[in-house]
Amino acid sequence: MIHLTIDGIPVEVEKGTTILQAAKQAGITIPTLCYIEDLLPDGSCRMCVVEVTNNGRSKIDTACTLQVSEGDEVQTMSEKVIDSRKKTLDLLLSDHNVHCFSCEANGDCKLQDLCFEYGLEETSYEGEMTSLPKDESNKFFSYDPSLCILCHRCVNTCTEIVGRAAIDTMERGFQSVIGAAPEKVWAEGTCESCGNCVQACPTGALSMKRRKKYRAYQVDKVVRTTCPHCATGCQMDLIVKDGKIVDVKGADGPSNRGLLCVKGRSGSFDFVDHKTRIRHPLIKNKETGEFEQATWDEALDLVASKFSEIKTNYGGDALAGFACSRSTNEDIYMLQKMVRAAFGSNNTDNCARV
Amino acid sequence: MKITSIEALKQHRKKVQEAVNAYTCRILVCSGNGCMATGAQKIYDELSRLTADMMQVEVEMQKDLPHVGTLKTGCQGICEYGPLVRIEPYDYQYVKVQVEDCKEIIEETVKNGRPVTRLFHKDGEEVYEHPMDIPFLKKQTRIVLENCGNIDAESIDEYIAAGGFSALAKAIGEMTPEEVVDEVDKSGLRGRGGGGFPAGRKWKQVLRQEEKERYIVCNGDEGDPGAFMDGSVMEGDPYKLIEGMLIAGYAVSAENGYIYVRAEYPLSVKRLKHAMAQLEEYGLLGENILGSGFNFHLHLNRGAGAFVCGEGSALTASIEGKRGMPRVKPPRTVEKGLWEKPTVLNNVETYANVPKIILKGADWFRTIGTEGSPGTKTFSITGAIANTGLIEVPMGTTLREIIYDIGGGLKGDAKFKGVQIGGPSGGCLVDKHLDQPLDFDSVKKFNAIMGSGGLVVMDENTCMVEVARFFMGFTQRESCGKCGPCRIGTKRMLEILEKIVDGKGRMEDLDKLKETADFVRARSLCGLGKSAPLPVISTLDTFRDEYIEHIQEKKCRAHVCKALKNYVIDPDKCKGCTKCARNCPVNAISGNKKEAHVIDTAKCIKCGNCMNNCSFDAISIQ
Amino acid sequence: MTNTIYDITHESDAIMLVGSNPEEAHPVIGMQVRQAVARGAKLIVVDPRDIDLSKKATIHLKLRPGTNVAFANGLMHIFIEEGLVDQKFIEERTENFEAMKEMVKDYTPEKVAEICQIDADQLREAARIYATANRAPIMYCLGVTEHHTGTEGVMSLSNVAMMVGKIGRPGCGVNPIRGQNNVQGACDMGASPNQFTGYQNIAAPGIVEKFEEAWGVKLNHEIGTKATDCFPKMISGDIKGLLIFGEDPVRTDPNTHHVIKALESLDFFVVDELFMTETAKLADVILPGRSYAEKEGTFTNTERRVQRVRKAVEIAGETRPDTWIFTEIMNRMGYPQPHLTPAQIMDEIASVTPSFAGISHERLDSEEVGGKGLQWPCISKDHPGTPIMHVGKFARGLGYFRPAAYKPSAELPDEEYPLLMMTGRILYHYNACAMTDKTEGINEIAGSSFIELNTADANALGILDGELVSVSSRRGTIQAEARVSGKTNKGECWMPFHYLEGSCNWLTSDALDGISSTPEYKVCAVKVAKAE
Repeated sequence: MIHLTIDGIPVEVEKGTTILQAAKQAGITIPTLCYIEDLLPDGSCRMCVVEVTNNGRSKIDTACTLQVSEGDEVQTMSEKVIDSRKKTLDLLLSDHNVHCFSCEANGDCKLQDLCFEYGLEETSYEGEMTSLPKDESNKFFSYDPSLCILCHRCVNTCTEIVGRAAIDTMERGFQSVIGAAPEKVWAEGTCESCGNCVQACPTGALSMKRRKKYRAYQVDKVVRTTCPHCATGCQMDLIVKDGKIVDVKGADGPSNRGLLCVKGRSGSFDFVDHKTRIRHPLIKNKETGEFEQATWDEALDLVASKFSEIKTNYGGDALAGFACSRSTNEDIYMLQKMVRAAFGSNNTDNCARV
Repeated sequence: MKITSIEALKQHRKKVQEAVNAYTCRILVCSGNGCMATGAQKIYDELSRLTADMMQVEVEMQKDLPHVGTLKTGCQGICEYGPLVRIEPYDYQYVKVQVEDCKEIIEETVKNGRPVTRLFHKDGEEVYEHPMDIPFLKKQTRIVLENCGNIDAESIDEYIAAGGFSALAKAIGEMTPEEVVDEVDKSGLRGRGGGGFPAGRKWKQVLRQEEKERYIVCNGDEGDPGAFMDGSVMEGDPYKLIEGMLIAGYAVSAENGYIYVRAEYPLSVKRLKHAMAQLEEYGLLGENILGSGFNFHLHLNRGAGAFVCGEGSALTASIEGKRGMPRVKPPRTVEKGLWEKPTVLNNVETYANVPKIILKGADWFRTIGTEGSPGTKTFSITGAIANTGLIEVPMGTTLREIIYDIGGGLKGDAKFKGVQIGGPSGGCLVDKHLDQPLDFDSVKKFNAIMGSGGLVVMDENTCMVEVARFFMGFTQRESCGKCGPCRIGTKRMLEILEKIVDGKGRMEDLDKLKETADFVRARSLCGLGKSAPLPVISTLDTFRDEYIEHIQEKKCRAHVCKALKNYVIDPDKCKGCTKCARNCPVNAISGNKKEAHVIDTAKCIKCGNCMNNCSFDAISIQ
Repeated sequence: MTNTIYDITHESDAIMLVGSNPEEAHPVIGMQVRQAVARGAKLIVVDPRDIDLSKKATIHLKLRPGTNVAFANGLMHIFIEEGLVDQKFIEERTENFEAMKEMVKDYTPEKVAEICQIDADQLREAARIYATANRAPIMYCLGVTEHHTGTEGVMSLSNVAMMVGKIGRPGCGVNPIRGQNNVQGACDMGASPNQFTGYQNIAAPGIVEKFEEAWGVKLNHEIGTKATDCFPKMISGDIKGLLIFGEDPVRTDPNTHHVIKALESLDFFVVDELFMTETAKLADVILPGRSYAEKEGTFTNTERRVQRVRKAVEIAGETRPDTWIFTEIMNRMGYPQPHLTPAQIMDEIASVTPSFAGISHERLDSEEVGGKGLQWPCISKDHPGTPIMHVGKFARGLGYFRPAAYKPSAELPDEEYPLLMMTGRILYHYNACAMTDKTEGINEIAGSSFIELNTADANALGILDGELVSVSSRRGTIQAEARVSGKTNKGECWMPFHYLEGSCNWLTSDALDGISSTPEYKVCAVKVAKAE
């Protein structure tokens, strides 16, 4: 075990631990922009610098890459550290389109938060800003190079976690931009539109198109639930504003670890309040063959009397009830109970086979 | 034909040496990049044509070997005087040879052994018959370049005849892998690619890894503008590089090697491919080399011209087919390099040093160079120097010896101003450094780096602010874009420098420039970013007055910065001939005939037409 | 699944993927399989199609559809022949090995290669990779089950895993990647004609009595009829009343003509639905239920993990929770069922289901569980759940080798219908897309049906990539866009099953698995021609 202090707090960690991980253990937050837990550090954002003194020698280095040494005295907020972080932010801000008023990520932007925290109101540099056009080619999200800080969280997510490698950094130097081969256009690559890159983006550079409909601070509630599509059981958060689901985000569930697919992220809420939903009980008019709106009492009485009649005349085995493999356990339990206890039948099944 | 044992190699060497000795005359045409650019191919073709008949005559006598051989060699070193031709056994060095000279060379020298005196190199009264008489070559110590210019770069037999692969045979036949690593370690050989990390220590670390699958990688991505040392080795003596890599492979038990060559070196690629095919044919690459059970396969990768791919982790990423982008360390390349396996990564010159070290021993190597940096270093000297070219000198040689003794001083006897060492990521050495011995450690102290050894000599006609702007423009374009300090910082520095050379600088810009340069140097992720500000830092340090002149006086003393040039007509000298006014493309010059003319500086676009056309020397730049 | 998604993708040395295309059908599992390959795990893909993962595979066995049993027997033959079996595991944990050995004796690699139309050496290599890996799971999906020999296919894979001792350990196991979000739960909850909750058999002594006591009512003691078997009974008049909850058999069941005829034969047909599906259109009464976002409850995923579903919104109108609807029907039919909250219902489930005894909403919402759900069996309030099954001991005691012989598919191509058609899922849609087709972007990316044809077949028929073709089987004809490539072998074609226009279930065979009555969706014979 290695012993060190972080901001004066003694910490004991295993050899090979990075300062960033050790700080987390000690309950100290070091700011990051590019870091993704579980992956090798990208090390590109330079925000997580700390000052480390050992044997009378002190250096400033990135906490995500620096491994602990016995006797390290780490300062996460020394004057030099703060100065370095300010300069890092200053440079990032000098190539960032500061139109926060019209940015979907306003109030939900890590760059904005950090600039606020470090008291940086504007950049001290003059000079050119990236002026590449916004890529709207994907159906569900857009990429705005003028907001991109090239932290590569999207690229690392797509390559290392999603395993798709649909996007990469293209061009060089100041012209660097994220895109899909061959012509940088997002939708022309092998992208599956899962949107995990968007969730990884710390700024508004990658943004779900539906974000235009709400601001982060207008959200009424966030509801943790399970995705309704396949049997992976991904955990996700439904974002609710004014009684409507406006967005979905991946949550850290045991089977999905923050990931979602295109269906989970973009195909799991439009249908909920869709205009084609059936919202009233309907009874078919035998004469016309058309459905007519009915009250619950009318519909339920009709159902109960018809089923009772069949049960009386032909026995319970003449009735059947099929459950939905997409509904909840509680629903299904009550359905089979209804078939068994009220219909008097074991003719119940689900769509497991089909 | 396979050479399947060390004994067979010795036999073959004897045979090819006899063959080489059987030539009564060898014509060595330099086909380094410089000479090829000045027409060496035509010379070679012509000499081949003229000697073709002579070969046939002698066929009977020497089996299938010609009596006269016309060969293409690697760089003969004095690029300034190309195309170069050497004739053996007379050891005549002809310079600036033209196609028309070929016939005379054949008639006089080849057939009769008489020199063509007019083709010898001359300096004033002095005439130099033999290459080693020429000061440029005389003062060098050639280890890496020993075969360059002396053997056919496309003949493995010539390399073998010159003693090639005897180091490999020694390593495989007489030494354990550990002993090979120890020998290299003891020699103190430091990586010639830039940082100067001890090669032996690197090899040791790889040897120590638990993972048994290992790789040898050669960095041939020589990207500094003006540098052509590694290219010259790959073109001129590809076998030496490969032998070095083979020894490295044996030493760390690696079965695969990769050479990463920059895209701009098609000739290197061609020669390496050719050499690799020959080695494979001889069984010197592949399975069970020299019957020892040692297997080694070599692969060639072409870069896409990205400067950053000279950085180790970017280079291995590029070989793996990914975008060439550096990654953070640890893990280091020796632990997880290519394909996540332990990897020895050295540059061309480093590997090319290895055979001689194995053959002659670490102690011999240590007799050359300085204590901390044993051996020699190749440099390419370019710029405002009399003799441009490729040189190899012991570490610790002073800049003065290189520039004045070897390089022949500055072109046109201009005043020395500085030398850019280590390329765009390097720094500027000036007057006060002239007598300092150059090695890895001393150069670092001067806020520069050895780099791979590019030396760009600058005279008084060089504007140091423009030099800084030029190099910053280069690194800015070549930044991989990964980390903010390098991607954005170099851009912001470039913008400030552009403002200054444009005459729009403010004094506070200098502080911002310095602050940004220091930050980029301290916080960038990889070596490219960390060294990118060096030209700015060293020129700001040494030539701050020039920066201030640009800003405060709107003046460029070297008259390089266009925006700061002011053309003025001396009314005393002007005869009113109107020639300048007629030649001005924007009608900025006015005046009556026979009266002194005046330039309207607001209209002037500083093209210099007026000055070039003035018959009375009346126009000057202020 | 016997194991968890995490351990089979993060702790395995090799993965054998049989009849499963997780990149499209279970994308987030697919992502983790890709991570596994990047981490260095070897991948064996056993699939008749060039799925995307086959490019990353160490070996791709592109076998003839419907030959899984032969393939599995071939693997076991090689295990025995090359001494790769786990003798200790077989001796201590299993029975009936000798019968198994006898069965696979004739399945030489060469014979299997001929049946499956694969390379015998590749089969050997696959067997070695799987058997010699320290940890290796089998993952399979509908490519194994949706055959008339589907159950035997599944059992054969269990045999394969047992023979090399790859069960009851992390990174191993036999892992069906189940289809719908709660298909596991639907089976667990007793929506089966022969089982109550937690697989308590009606036929087992005392089980019906236990439920009679718990529910306070006399119950039917006869095993009921499976859904797929119900349709013929509707036509014959044995079944007269039906309530379907959220299913769309007109779209999803094979042989659509037959399904419509059955539903139209009913005296009274009720549907509890969100949308006016093709099935709902045939109903007498439609009861508007609620979607997952409008109610509380739980889903059980393919890892047997019970996780919470929470109410986020309520929509305008008169929709009701489905549990309310069923409770009302029960009461109105004379069974006194009190209205319970979903949490109370789960408590009732726990009280009658041993494997769910420790599961409650309260516990699922607790800090102890920490949002990670509970994996059944979870037998008491302090039981942590069971991530890996069969550790140390099988549920039934000893693992039983069930030998199965290879039987060809029920409907094979012939002169009139020369192509073998498979069906499957694509990334962007879910089943009949009642939910996914409500998202504009998804329809823009993948809005219409298609059929994948082999280049040689297409050339012979003069069909170009992108052309409209008509596809016919003995049961019907549809039209779809042709996609011509080498993804399927010659003589085979593939269609997605999502679309209303060009729905492949007009064509599919209603031959059922002899044991589970699962339809043979994966193999039927068709002919393809340029559309008129």
